[in-house]
This record gives sequence, structure tokens and C-alpha cells, in this order.
Amino acid sequence: MSVASRARFDRRLTELGIGLLSVVLLIWTLVPLYNMVRVALQGKEDVFSSNVFPTAPTLDSFRTAIDESYWLLENFWGQMGNSLYIGLTVAFLTLAIGTLTSFTISRMRIRRGWMLTNAALLTYAIPMSFLAIPFYSIMGKYGLTDNPIAVIAVEVTFATPYAIFIFKQYGASIPLELDDAARIDGASPPQIFFRIYLPLMAPALVAIGTYALLLSWNEYLYAFLLLSSDGHITVPVGLGKFLNSDEAPWNYLMAAAIIYALPPMAIYYAFRRKMSSGLTMGGVKG
Amino acid sequence: MAIATTVDNPAVAPVVSRSVRRSPLAGTDRLWALAFVTPYVAVFCAFVLYPVGYGMWLGSDVASYRQLLADPVFPSAVVNTLIYLLVAVNLKLLLALLLSGLFMGRGWWRKLLLLIFILPWAVPGIPSFISIHWMLNSQWGLINNAIWALFQVDGPPWLDNAHLALGSVIYAHIWKWLPFWTVIFLAGRMAVPRELYESAEVDGAGALDRFFHITFPLLGGLYLVCTLLSTIWALGDFNSVRFISGGGPALSTHVLATLGIRNAFELGNPALGMATVLSALPLLIPLVVLLMRQLRRGEVQL
Repeated sequence: MSVASRARFDRRLTELGIGLLSVVLLIWTLVPLYNMVRVALQGKEDVFSSNVFPTAPTLDSFRTAIDESYWLLENFWGQMGNSLYIGLTVAFLTLAIGTLTSFTISRMRIRRGWMLTNAALLTYAIPMSFLAIPFYSIMGKYGLTDNPIAVIAVEVTFATPYAIFIFKQYGASIPLELDDAARIDGASPPQIFFRIYLPLMAPALVAIGTYALLLSWNEYLYAFLLLSSDGHITVPVGLGKFLNSDEAPWNYLMAAAIIYALPPMAIYYAFRRKMSSGLTMGGVKG
Repeated sequence: MAIATTVDNPAVAPVVSRSVRRSPLAGTDRLWALAFVTPYVAVFCAFVLYPVGYGMWLGSDVASYRQLLADPVFPSAVVNTLIYLLVAVNLKLLLALLLSGLFMGRGWWRKLLLLIFILPWAVPGIPSFISIHWMLNSQWGLINNAIWALFQVDGPPWLDNAHLALGSVIYAHIWKWLPFWTVIFLAGRMAVPRELYESAEVDGAGALDRFFHITFPLLGGLYLVCTLLSTIWALGDFNSVRFISGGGPALSTHVLATLGIRNAFELGNPALGMATVLSALPLLIPLVVLLMRQLRRGEVQL
């Protein structure tokens, strides 16, 4: 074989390998998601059958979930509302507390600002589920049992540290001279915060707001432990309840799960660029 | 849950030299600063310090550790936790590092593949885990249905055998989190100057040479931080085990995080539950210390 044809052969082989790998990757990624859709499209009897593709696909389960016409889905939209309410509140509080803290640490140059940074770092390194047991008792003491505020408090606590890191890093690109100039013109710290800092931080705010909203929307353990009444639980907790019931109507469960998964996916793909620029603001100095 | 890596982007590079001296805060500014940090300090005290302290106090009773050691489920949970951490985290990160190379190349189809590939990360965990749980059902699940359709043999009882069940949990964890870490490494790779690869190629270095002599040394710090962080997060992972195997069959696949919750809430013994969780401290503390040290070096920033 000549050198040229040898090289061409090698390239073909590489291309074939990459193609094969891509197919494997595609199957690996899509199988659990396909299963979700497959089961959601099945009829009630179809669920317990040995088919790979639904024999008589139907949208009945989606209708049932949307109409709430099954006892485990009685308050499905109410649960969506709870998830949304908790998510938006968590996003707002995370942004508020995170920006105020990072502004004070890096813009007002307080002494011992490093202590706050370390506190945030420490929180970041605690596995969230490890605090569930004391948290549950403490919320009882605060009189917040079965209260969405308890869940909001935990999620804000665990979302804020990351918010502070990102805000600090992003804020470093905003010239301090702007603050100085405003100061000379007689601006007070709140004015600098609202008129200069926040507007210039907009991209980071979008990234972190989305991050906090998704963190809250997806959170299960604390919502499961801290919320108990049907009127207060969030969607993941409602979905988890299916598994405890004896009949387990998998098609309804999957249809409800898909409806619940769609909004975060839409947000995710819509804000993907902003998210990834938010996520890639730190620094690996090669 | 996220981590940041970076790309050298001149637009976001620090513009200001940090040496500008400023007078210490005085008067009203001091009050404003105090007011601004109060919310975070309050949150930290009420929802981090207090629970940590209270948890330590709950888990400080020697009797509950004696009870824990007498529980036959505990040793298996410790072993499961270690297997889960070692296998799931390392396999996942190694795959992520290699796969990030695939997405570095050019071509529209790679971009499309990446968009599909990150789906598991974009879809909330609970629906996916419930789907995987049902998919692995030995009687009616998709996987065994497919095995039957293809080979006319009964598939293995995925969730009814202790080893397979733990394997299934590990599979679910990798499936869910592989895209996230791949994207992190992809960002890390993009920060490596292209010229390095180009000049290596000119010097006749093959793909493997370039991986071992350029990519790996430069991403080593990032890889270590990711391993530490991912291990810490996996140590606290509750959902994968809860929804894939539920700790079963016969309590054989519990990890410390799920066993702690079970002891505290299902058995109604918070002190025992806290002791279960705290028994992970000898592992958690060195990981956190290593992570902090690595982060302080400043090569990788969160």
C-alpha cells in the first residue's frame, strides 16, 4: 500500500470508529427517555405486555394527567403551581442574597470578607442530604412543618454559595473605576448597587436565576421530608407517591413526568448559551 | 449543582488591577455593608451552622453507634457506598474526559449529537430515574422485552439481584451525570491553546501522544477537582439509590445517605440516622480538605 492510500485507509477507519461511537452514544442517551415516552403512550393493559414499541399508541394518559382524572393526579396542576412558586421564590432570594453578598465582599471591600467566602465554600462542600435529619427537626422547632417556606429556606441555602462564586468572578470584569466615579458624584452604596452593579451583572443574573430555578424544580428529598399535605407537595414528591401505591399506573405516571420535565427542558435549551457562558466564567489557567 | 471552568475569554478577563488602594470603610458605608451581608449571614447561621451543630449533637450519642454497628445492614451499606463512589465517579469522569474529545471536532453533526447527548442532564432526575426503574423491571421492562425480542431468552433480574441492582444504580448515576462532566471537560479543553496541538502535530505527534502529553497534563488539575467534587456529591446522592433499587432487594443496596434517611424517618430514630450519616465523615473530611487545598492553589476556580 502506498503512503497516501494508507493514510486514506486510516482516516476511513477513524471515521468509522467515530460513527460507531456516535450511534452507541445516541442509543445510550435515548433509551431511558424513549422508555418514558413509550410507557406514556401505552394503554392501561398495554403497560404489562412484552412489547418494545407500543402496539396501540394513545394520548389517553396525557389527557388523564391534564384533566387530573385519576386519584393520584387529583392535584397535579396544584403541584405544578407549588413547584413553580417555590422555584421562583428560590431564584429571587438566591439572586438577592447572592448579589448583595458578592457586592459587599468585592466592591465594598469589607474586612474579613474572606470569612464569608469560606463560609460559602464550606456550604458548597456539604452533601445536601446529610443535613436532612437535623433540618427536619429544626423546621419543626421553627413551626415550619408542612410549610413551603421550609423548602425555600433549604434550597436558597444550598444555591447561594455557587451564586456568590459566580457573581464574584463575573463582577471582577466590571471596572472599579465606575464605582469610584459614582462615589465622587455622591452616590450611596445602594445607588451604586442598583444603578451600576446590577445592570452590568445581568448575564450572570440570568445564568444564576436559571440555575436556582432548576435546582429547586428538580429537588426531591427536602420537599419529600418537609411537605406532607396534598395541597403543599411539589411534583417530584407527587410522582414519588405513585411508587408507593399498589396498582402503579405507569402510563399515567410517565405522562405526568413528561409534562413536568418539559418546562425545565425548554428553559434549559433556550438559555443554553447564557448558562454555558455563566458556567464558563471561572478560570482554568492551562 | 454546577461548577465552572473556563475559557480564556478576553471579554470577561479582569480588567482592573487589584492593587488600587482604597480607604477602609467608614461611617454610613460601614452600616450599609453590614446591612448588605446580614441576609447571607442570617441564612448561614440559621440553616447551615445550626443544623450542622444540631446534627453533631444528635449524632454524639455513643449508644447509637453501638446500635449501628450491630445492624447487619450497616457494613453492607458502607461497602456499597465505597463501590458506588469508586466505580460510578471514576468511570463517569474517565468517559467524560474521553467523550469531550469527540465533541471538540468540527462538523454540524457533532453539535447536533451534543445537543441530544446533554438531554439526560436537562431532564429532571426523578422522571428519568422512575423510567429507568420501570425499564429494568425483569418481567415487563423495556430492556428485558428487547432482549426477548432479539434473542428469545429471558433477561437477567436487574433489580432482584443485589449485585445487578447496585450495578443498575451505578448505571443510572453515570447516565444522568455523564453529560454534565463532559461539558465541563469540553470547556477545559477549549481553554487549551490550539497552537499547542498544531505544533505537536507538525512535530509528528499522534492522537494518543497529544492526549497524554498535552490534554492530560493541562487538564490534570481540573480532573482532580472534578473527581473530588463528584465524589462528595455522590456521597450525598440519595435519589439514584432511592428510585432505582429503593435500597433493595432485602436492603442489600443501601448506601449511607439512604440508610441514614431510612433509620431516621422510616425507623423513627433520628439519632441512629445521624450516626449513620456521620460515619461518612472520615471519608468526607479528607475529601473536603483536599478540595479546598486544590482550589486555593488557584489553578481551577469554582
